[in-house]
Amino acid sequence: MQNSSAIELKGITKRFGKVVANDSINLEIRRGEILSLLGENGSGKTTLMNMLSGIYQPDEGQIYADGKQISITSPKDAFSYGIGMIHQHYHLVDVFTAAQNIILGLSEEKLDIKNTNEKVKEICSKYGFDINPTMKVYDMSVSQKQTVEIVKVLYRGADILILDEPTAVLTPQETEKLFDVLRNMKKDGKAIVIITHKLAEVMAISDKVAVLRKGKYIGTVNTAETNPQKLTDMMVGHSVTLNIDRPKYDNVKERIVINGLTCLDQEGITKLNNVSFTAYGGEILGVAGIAGSGQKELLECMTGLYPIKSGSIKYIPPEEDKEIELVGLTPKKIRSLGVGMAFVPEDRLGMGLVGSMGMTNNMMLRSWKSGKTPFVNKKAPEALAKKIWDDLEVVTPSTSFPVRRMSGGNIQKVLVGREIAAMPNVLLTAYAVRGLDINTSYTIYNLLTEQKMKGVAVVYIGEELDVLLELCDRILVLCGGEVSGIVDARNTTKEEIGLMMTSIGSKEAK
Amino acid sequence: MSAEVKKAPLIRLAKKDAMDPKKAWAIRVGSILFALILGCIPILITGNNPITAYIVILQGSLGKTFYFKQTIKLAIPLLGTALAIAPCFKMRFWNIGAEGQITAGAIGASFFAIYFAKSMPHVLLLIVMMAAAALIGGIWAMIPGYFKAKYNTNETLFTLMMNYIAIGIVAWLQGGPWEGRKGTQQIPLFDKNAYLPTVFGIHIGWIIVLVLVILVHIYMNYTKQGYEVAVIGDSVNTARYAGMNVGWIMVRTMLVSGAICGIVGFILVSGQNKTITSNVADGVGFTAITVAWLGHLNAFAMIAISLILAILEMGSSYLQQVLGVPSAISEIVSGILLFCMLGCEFFINYQMIFRSKKEVKA
Amino acid sequence: MNTLVTLIAAAGTFGTVLMFGTLGEILTEKSGNLNLGVEGIVFMGGAFGLAGAYSYEALVGVGSSNGLIAIIVAAISAFLAGAVASALFSFLTITLRANQNVTGLALTILGTGVAKFTGEYMRHKVGGFVTLSNPLKEAFTFVPMPNFLQNIPIIGKILFSQSIFFYIAIILAVAMHLFFQKTKTGLYLRSVGESPVTADAAGINMVKYRYLATIIGGGISAIGGMVYVMTTGGCTWNEHSLAGIGWLAVALVIFCMWKPLNVLWGAILFGALKIMYMRVVLPFFPTELYKILPYVVTVIVLIITSMRNSRDKQPPASLGLNYFREDR
Repeated sequence: MQNSSAIELKGITKRFGKVVANDSINLEIRRGEILSLLGENGSGKTTLMNMLSGIYQPDEGQIYADGKQISITSPKDAFSYGIGMIHQHYHLVDVFTAAQNIILGLSEEKLDIKNTNEKVKEICSKYGFDINPTMKVYDMSVSQKQTVEIVKVLYRGADILILDEPTAVLTPQETEKLFDVLRNMKKDGKAIVIITHKLAEVMAISDKVAVLRKGKYIGTVNTAETNPQKLTDMMVGHSVTLNIDRPKYDNVKERIVINGLTCLDQEGITKLNNVSFTAYGGEILGVAGIAGSGQKELLECMTGLYPIKSGSIKYIPPEEDKEIELVGLTPKKIRSLGVGMAFVPEDRLGMGLVGSMGMTNNMMLRSWKSGKTPFVNKKAPEALAKKIWDDLEVVTPSTSFPVRRMSGGNIQKVLVGREIAAMPNVLLTAYAVRGLDINTSYTIYNLLTEQKMKGVAVVYIGEELDVLLELCDRILVLCGGEVSGIVDARNTTKEEIGLMMTSIGSKEAK
Repeated sequence: MSAEVKKAPLIRLAKKDAMDPKKAWAIRVGSILFALILGCIPILITGNNPITAYIVILQGSLGKTFYFKQTIKLAIPLLGTALAIAPCFKMRFWNIGAEGQITAGAIGASFFAIYFAKSMPHVLLLIVMMAAAALIGGIWAMIPGYFKAKYNTNETLFTLMMNYIAIGIVAWLQGGPWEGRKGTQQIPLFDKNAYLPTVFGIHIGWIIVLVLVILVHIYMNYTKQGYEVAVIGDSVNTARYAGMNVGWIMVRTMLVSGAICGIVGFILVSGQNKTITSNVADGVGFTAITVAWLGHLNAFAMIAISLILAILEMGSSYLQQVLGVPSAISEIVSGILLFCMLGCEFFINYQMIFRSKKEVKA
Repeated sequence: MNTLVTLIAAAGTFGTVLMFGTLGEILTEKSGNLNLGVEGIVFMGGAFGLAGAYSYEALVGVGSSNGLIAIIVAAISAFLAGAVASALFSFLTITLRANQNVTGLALTILGTGVAKFTGEYMRHKVGGFVTLSNPLKEAFTFVPMPNFLQNIPIIGKILFSQSIFFYIAIILAVAMHLFFQKTKTGLYLRSVGESPVTADAAGINMVKYRYLATIIGGGISAIGGMVYVMTTGGCTWNEHSLAGIGWLAVALVIFCMWKPLNVLWGAILFGALKIMYMRVVLPFFPTELYKILPYVVTVIVLIITSMRNSRDKQPPASLGLNYFREDR
């Protein structure tokens, strides 16, 4: 069985409405191999794998297992072919124990928790996991939950494992541990697919790399015969010399001064620990860090949306007549004090916009309070919507067409357009170009730079280091909720930032 | 491990983008007709001709001025309560406590009708009764709203419990402090001074409710508060992001909703029953939820649906007199109607993809 | 003391009705379906239970009817009525994805309508009161316990002088507890109610689980209505006396925190509160207000659990929510 073909996909196509998520894709998964499925956000990796795990069914194309054509209509079917997928969002029942979660869906055996606990311990020691089978899921850390997910698929004898961005939420040490486990499984003859967009990990763990770009299959190469540059070319279609225009603004002024900011989430876990920095008007401050290092919380603290435990956030208006302390104020209060703060959140439809409403009504999210009457004024927002429609070339049939049904790029244009139209003094953005095509991304970069040149303090939370290095003036690196350093974007390297992202560089390394 | 070749499933579901509104309404009307056909079954069981029965229902609800008036009287509280529920449901706050809020409002109105009927001029008394009803109904609804906002207490279950507490209080008043002749367990009829005046032979509740139709329509579509409600209904996070005080808006919306329910309670005691009993709401609060939902929270669509249900109810009691069909037939046909209308939304929102079609494509 | 014993014993009679209603709804809600049609289901159970027993007696003739068979026929008729009604609810909410609250209320309207119609229709057909012969009536209230147990002071009256339904309900509660806690199917069912996405991803046929739990749960709830009509209701149809039982059962589900064993004492307590106004007179407390105590207590329980936010004492996490796999 070693290195034999486990699964083959031929001409797989999947559409969501008018969007083609996967366009006639071919792929081979072999036993005893780790295959990386590489592609940018929105390139169709997860959709493709969800068709193997039975979540979706392809509109066109065939799937073969061991040479025979099969159809996977449910997750149960997937299990019966030995396919187990570890999703990015874990599928665990919070109020169950690890063992109860692990045996969920097993049809063969009777419920015998003691026996299950023993078997789970066996699997753990075989591959090097560490979990307590009787622990309830709601008491677990993210990495423990992931372990439960992996043990779950192993327990039911999966020999084809698909992991969707498994390292996104892990610390470097946890990632190393996971990779060791995956290598053990490979030795055991299992076929493993890792969905990722991190090149370093691709190079470190995989035997082969399959690349998708915008729903299309680009090709498969042996990891040993390629390098990150070549892979990037396949992934984005051309070499990444971004050439983002980065003018310098002369009259930079202190705009936001944050000191010792600490906040906890609902479970009491520290999300930000003693964060201090200054954002200047007339610069773009980049924020780098692996996902979940406190980026989201940082912006939400600044906008009054997240409870703050201690620390201070001072806002200095351009007129510099007085400082305003923002800690302890509600978003409404912050707005009413005339703090010109605009915020492009990560979750566009879940936070920045109302999906079921059209452009006009979404413009009102900022202005709905204006006017003294109890009635909303629709004229100004309608005019603004039309202006953004024209200026940013938003593709939509009308200003009342629900934004939910627009494409990702157009949704983001509506959101960024609205926030900039508010003439802010501070512009906070989280993953502003995630999932957008190259053209729209550049539109966004230009808009941000334009704002900077107007003297606005721009905060740009990003995930692509190349962009951060070329767009920003300074880069703040977060690691585990702490600031591991702030560097000048013009005089730093990807490697330096990468190092800071994975360790509290400035504090411990120096 | 089985590896037999399986075929694709026969039917697969997918969400539809959007259906042509005309086609959607055609499906809805079609579902009503389908329900009326299903409704023939119980009529056939009783050995009657369904067509005759439906004609009798129409005669008994619209055929004579008196019947028509009775039908309108049945529709008034249904429509009023559906209007009250609409903002809550728009907010995705599942207020199923209209029954209790109507009852609470009725208590408020009755208090003034009982104790101040003689000491206040007619118009003032009615205004005070209505205000008291709105206030008490609003407060009654605010309580679950507050706990939802503060502790995320399940509002469906909370509002449901509040119904029975309100009804129980009236039962106590009926047998206790407000009891008329000892042992009757009845609150006597109000003084005439506390009766709603009539216009065209129907108490002016119908005017109040039609005004409410317009007010609720404006409230939900053209006011800041209505906008806030719509945003919260779509995404609480977006509302917070926009600087809305979600907790307060929830409490306030419940206050508005409860106040309208309270006004319905006032109409019921002052216009319809002329007194208060523990079953003053008589299931209206529950039926109205289906009216609001099936009218897609559109104030004007609710008029039609509440009328249909009122016609069925009124016509069925006539049906019992004429053909001896149990009047419970109205609840059966209403139930079937509601089920069909609820079910037909599926065919508007989803499309079924059949296997054969797929194979042709491949 | 004597009053208290009598009260508790009488509470057991009404409590039995609630036990069925509540246990059925717990089973339903554990699957994530919030069926607010229990009121209608209980009505239907009452009407069809009576209709079943009556038809049986009419069929075999008054003299030759057997009490046990009558009980079985009544139970099966009620169960089927509740099951059919719940199947309708399931079809709308699970397959057609209609809103659960609204569908449940529509079922209440339809169910009470069908029950009243059936009751009226029977009365019409027979031309007067529909009731059973006395020996059959007694079969429904017969105490299946030996005399020496019944004669034990206090406990005998409370525990061993109840109808057969009381003991069946207790067995059912214990069985349901064991089912949820000790069996694989029970574990799977709970996972469907907690997190359908998880259950689906694990290959559990959540559609099947929801359908079955809701249909069987509805059948059990309906038996509660039958028990009421055949014991307290004196084997005659009276639509007014049934009103509110279903809603009380919904309240009791919350009060018991979705745990079947809690129903054992919860139902007795609710039963006691419901009948206390007839038996215990407190000078400072109006008797009519006893009736609202179950609801007030439930509200307090609801508030306290939401304030404490303890992870183990919450409604099933996806209660009231429909699931569409490609929705995510």
